[in-house]
Parts: sequence; C-alpha cells; structure tokens
Amino acid sequence: MTPLQLLNIWTPYEAANVIIWLSLIILLLYLAKNPAHKTIRSLCHMISQGLEHMAVSVLAAEKKIQERNKEVLLTEGLVAVEKNIEREFHRVNTVVERDLSGFPVLKRQLLEQIARIEDDYQQSSEIPPSPPEWVEAVESLAKLPNDSNENKAVTNILREIHKTTCSQHKGAMDEYRKAVGIHHAALNNLMPYWRKLTQTLDDVGKIITGLHGRSVKIDQHMGEYEAIRARSNRAERALSSSSMTQFFISGLALAIAIWGIIINFNLIALPMSEMVGGNSYIGSMKTSDVVALVIILVEVAIGLYLMESLMITRLFPVIRQMDDKMRVRMIWLTFFFLLTLAGVEASLALMRERIALNDEALKQILSGNEVLHPTSTLIPTLGQMVLSFILPFVLTLTAIPLETFVHASRTVLGVLTAFSMRFTAFALTLSGKIISNSGEFLISVYDLIIFPPLWFEDLLFTRFKKNTYPMPLSDNELPDAMVPNDDSDLDESDTDDEIPTFTPREVTQ
Amino acid sequence: MKMPRYVLSLIILSALTWGCADTTSHSRAVYMLMDTSGTYSQQLDQAKTIINKLLISLQSGESLAVARIDSGSFSEKDIVAKVTFDQRPSVANQQKLKFKESIDMFIGGVRGSAHTDIKGAILQAVDYLDETQAAHKYIMIFSDLEEDLADGHIRNLDRITLDLTGYRVVALNVTKLGLDQVDPKRYYDRLDAWARIVKDRGGIWIKLNDIARLDRLLKPET
Repeated sequence: MTPLQLLNIWTPYEAANVIIWLSLIILLLYLAKNPAHKTIRSLCHMISQGLEHMAVSVLAAEKKIQERNKEVLLTEGLVAVEKNIEREFHRVNTVVERDLSGFPVLKRQLLEQIARIEDDYQQSSEIPPSPPEWVEAVESLAKLPNDSNENKAVTNILREIHKTTCSQHKGAMDEYRKAVGIHHAALNNLMPYWRKLTQTLDDVGKIITGLHGRSVKIDQHMGEYEAIRARSNRAERALSSSSMTQFFISGLALAIAIWGIIINFNLIALPMSEMVGGNSYIGSMKTSDVVALVIILVEVAIGLYLMESLMITRLFPVIRQMDDKMRVRMIWLTFFFLLTLAGVEASLALMRERIALNDEALKQILSGNEVLHPTSTLIPTLGQMVLSFILPFVLTLTAIPLETFVHASRTVLGVLTAFSMRFTAFALTLSGKIISNSGEFLISVYDLIIFPPLWFEDLLFTRFKKNTYPMPLSDNELPDAMVPNDDSDLDESDTDDEIPTFTPREVTQ
Repeated sequence: MKMPRYVLSLIILSALTWGCADTTSHSRAVYMLMDTSGTYSQQLDQAKTIINKLLISLQSGESLAVARIDSGSFSEKDIVAKVTFDQRPSVANQQKLKFKESIDMFIGGVRGSAHTDIKGAILQAVDYLDETQAAHKYIMIFSDLEEDLADGHIRNLDRITLDLTGYRVVALNVTKLGLDQVDPKRYYDRLDAWARIVKDRGGIWIKLNDIARLDRLLKPET
C-alpha cells in the first residue's frame, strides 16, 4: 500500500481524508499527552545532564593540561635561568681568573711603588745645609772702619778674612742650590710612580665595578629563580609571555629561512634535471625537483648536527653526550660535508647559467630570430655561484630559531589546547542549558498541536465548575470528591497544562 | 653465505625508492600531419612555425613526429622526422636543432601531391602514438581537411577499429576553399564531419586557427 492509498482509505475526497487523519493524530497525541510530556522532559534532562557531565570532564582535563603546561613552563624557565646564572658565574670566573689571579703581583707592584715613593719623599724632605754661623762674624768684620792707617795691617788681615769668607759662602750657597736641585729632581721622579699607582688603582676599581655589575645581575637571576621555584603566578605569566614572543619571533625567522630554501631550490633544480633526467617523476613531482629539495634538506640537517656539535643548540642529546674528542671530529666531519655540498651547489649554479643560455639560444633559433650573444655573463654567473655557496652555511643557522620554535611551540600548543578545551566546556554547558530549556518549549509546541481537545477540555471543566460551584467555596465547603489533592496544588506554575487535575479523595470516614 | 648488513640495507633502500617511483607517464607525444597536396603546400611555411613552437614546448622524454599527407598516407615512409627527446635537457636541445634542420630541408624541397589521404595519415599517427605510451597524445592536422582519395583507396573507418580515447585531434589552419566562399555551409559541414569522426571514437576534437594559443593547448600537465 502506497502512502497515497493509505491517505485515501476513509473517503474519496482527499481534503476530507486529510482532516480525518489530522483529527486522529491530534486525538492520539491528546491521549498520550502526559506520557509524552514526561518523555520530552526526561529526554531533555538526560541530554542536558550528559552534556554537563561532559563539560565537567572537559574542564577537569583542561585543568590537568594547564597544570602540565605550568609544570613544563616552569621547568623550562628554571633551566633557562639556571643557564643564565651559570653563564654569569662563568663570566665572573673569567674575570677573576684573568684579572684577579694577578692580584699578588699587583699587590707586590703596588708595595714596591709605595716604597719607592716613600724613599723619594724621604730624600726630598732632607734639610739642606744652612750657611755657617761665622758668616755673621764676617759681616761684623766687614762693618769695621778700614780707613785708619794704624789699623792698616789689621784691616788687610780682615779684608783677606772677608774675602775668604765670601768665597766660602758662595761655595756653600752653590752646594745648597745643588742639593735643593737634587731634591727637586727626586720629587720629579716621584710623579710617574704616582701616576702609575693611580692607573693601577683605577684598573682595580674597574674590575671591582664590573664584578659588582655581574653580582647585581646574578641577584636578579636568583630572584627570578626563586620566583619560579615558588611557582608564583607572576613568574608563570612572565614565562608564558616570553614563550609566546619567542614562538612568533622564531616563527618569523623560520619563515625567512624557508624563503632561503626556496631560492636555493630554484638555483639548483634546473641543473639537477641534467643529472637525473628531466622526465621522471616521484609522485606528482619531477625527480630532479625532489633531488634538489632533498639536497637542501640534507644541508639543513647537517647544519643542525654542526650547531649541535658546537653546543649552540640542544636538539640531539646523543651529540651533546659525546666526549669532546668525538665532538670535535663530528664538527669537522659535518663542516666537510657542508663545504662539499656548498661546492656542489656552486657548480650547479654555474651549470644552470649555461643551460639557461643554451635554452635561450635554442628558443631564439626556433623562433627564427637572430641569436643574441650576451656581452658578459660573468657577473650574474659569479653572483649565482657565490649565492649557492653561501646559502648552505646560512641555512645552518636555521637550527637556532628551530630549537626556539620547538621549545616555544610546546607551550603555545599547550595554551591553545587548554583554550580550546575551555571553549568546548563552555559550548557543552551552553548546549546543556539550551536543551534543558527547550524541553519546556517542545511541551508548549506539543500542546499547541493538540490545542482543539485541550480547549474543549478547558471549556468543559469551566462549565462544570460554574454549574457545580456558582459561588467561590472554601476548601471546607467543597465536597470531598472535588477537593484538589494536597500534592497537586492549584499553583499554575507547577502544572503541565495549567489545568489542575482532580482525583477522588479517599474517603476515610 | 651471510649477506653483509650494508648490502641488505642498500637493497631495502633501493626497493623502497623503486616503490615510491611514479609509474604513471606524464609525458606528451605529438604527431603532426602536413597537407602537401595542391595549393595547400604553399602554407607549409606556417607549418614550420608551428613545428618550431612544438619544439620549444616539448621537453625531455617527450616525442614529436612530423608526417606529410599525400595520396597514400598510411605508410611509415611519409614520416618526415621523428624523435623522442633525451632525458638530459642539453642533449634534447641538440636533438631539437637536428629536427629543425630536417624539417627545413623537407619543406624546402617538397612537391605537391595529387591526392589527400587524411584518414590514412590519422591511422598512421595512431599507430605511432600508441607505441610511445605517452600520457597525453596529440594529432595535429595542418590541412584544409578536404579529403581527396586516389582511385581504389578505401578509407572506410567503420570497417576498422579505431579507438581515439585519450587523443586530442587538433585541426590547424583550416583554410577556406574556393567553393567555401560560395557556400560557407560546406566549410562548416566539413569541420562537423571530422569532429564527429573523432568524437564518435572517443577522441577530443579541437579547432585552432590562432597559433598563438598553441602553447596553452600544450601546457605541460603533471
């Protein structure tokens, strides 16, 4: 029986059949009203409860992820600060070893310089010989009158004495000036020692100031270390922010490196077709392109090993754990490979230029144009060769942003995962609430569909109520049979269909 | 005897590489038919330009053959030049130059044929192109498409199994004949008849009068 035949089983008129079917359906729905309401309510309740449980589980998982993120972030922060402190101590050690290891020598030099200064000072401070006291006697003799003839002999004697005394005085003054000159020269010799002493003390002062600066930095790092150890929120926020910044900066550096790889690829892809053939494919890519790409990626990988061997990055613990001799061998080996590949790339660049020229010449011949020979291809060829040689070494440095990116992406991915889980939990809770409330809405829609019997029922009840109780009666005056149940209070909000249900009260008396 | 470990590794690596290699052909093969009959032989200079364009467009590993359409074209003798370009681009360039010389020599000394056997030439083209096992096969017909068979030649394609699936048949430089000026319908009927022959046998029919669009038509597909 087709649906159309089923529709028309009552009468030959389609419209009448539709009305009959609708009436039947409405009647059935009216009869099934209470169980249907209960089913809708319980279904919505069940779904909303399920969603809320899911939201709680997701939130719990999100909390765990956040804790794990925090753990990772703080651990990485601790390692970073430890590295910083280690570096600062290493610098302090270098300063101490380089400058302060010579402190005993410096001290000896200072003592020697001070001793010399003291000696010179002592020499310069000696009192020069004073003129003899008999000079006053000579001056007295010189003042005696010498014009009398009787004292002529005495006068002559005194003149001679005066003369001798003057010459001796002059000699004594010369000696005095000489001694003063020597003392001044000694003081003059003192100056360089003073200057040297000042310079030495300045140097020591600078070293001490540098050490003080380092100690301030170490204090700062120690503060950060303690904050991280204390698992403070401030430290976590700072580390998270730093991690995000590093993620974006290293991402930018990697994007630049990828462009470098593309340029390098374009430089060697064409000549590679001369080596491996121009018409074989791996997947949907030309074999020559794949080979060119593999060579570049091998260069990048070798660069990673080189940077690891140089202990600049920390991506491969195996390399770091090698003994120093083996590590140095690794450095030379990777450098040799890199150099060889760079040489290969440079020669490929040369080949590329020649192939390009040949292709151009062929195209000109086939186009019927006169073949134009370029005046000089030396500069572009050299440029390509140099670029091809340098790019592998430049790509080696990709290891540094790559390491940062890997470490930072762990944190960023964790944050993003936590955020998405929080959002999922919110969406689940919201959906639960919506479904919970939609139960009432569906019940209203259900009642709207069966409104004719409901309206009729309401009409009947109102009429019955009016006929039976023309005046409002108190509960005491109502007959037992029509007293509403205690548990079915007449409050409209508590009923399904806003019509109180009456059941015969059990007559106990 | 125990096999050394490195030999075993090499064998496994080779097997993996072989397994990864793409066995699908990406190459193209072009078979160009040049009508040398009557007055159309005067158009052959334009055919030379088209062949040169084909030489520029085709790459290593791809094939090109040029054949003439004469009174009885279902013959290998009508192939003027054919080549499958070497895998190395530099060698392929040398081959292209030699191919060009062959074509120049042929066009310089060509004599017009009395009749035009286009269907025979197409059968010969399909024979050649099937052997190349190329992924993209093109038959380029440089002709006015007016077939004029010699007495006794039978070219009823309904009697022959001709499968053109995967073929692109390109009609180049289809000139209007004197009678086409009188009744253009004759020209369009001629084109429709050829298009039907190709499409009924699974091929793709393309009419191309602007040679500049040839590059776009032959754009390498991966």
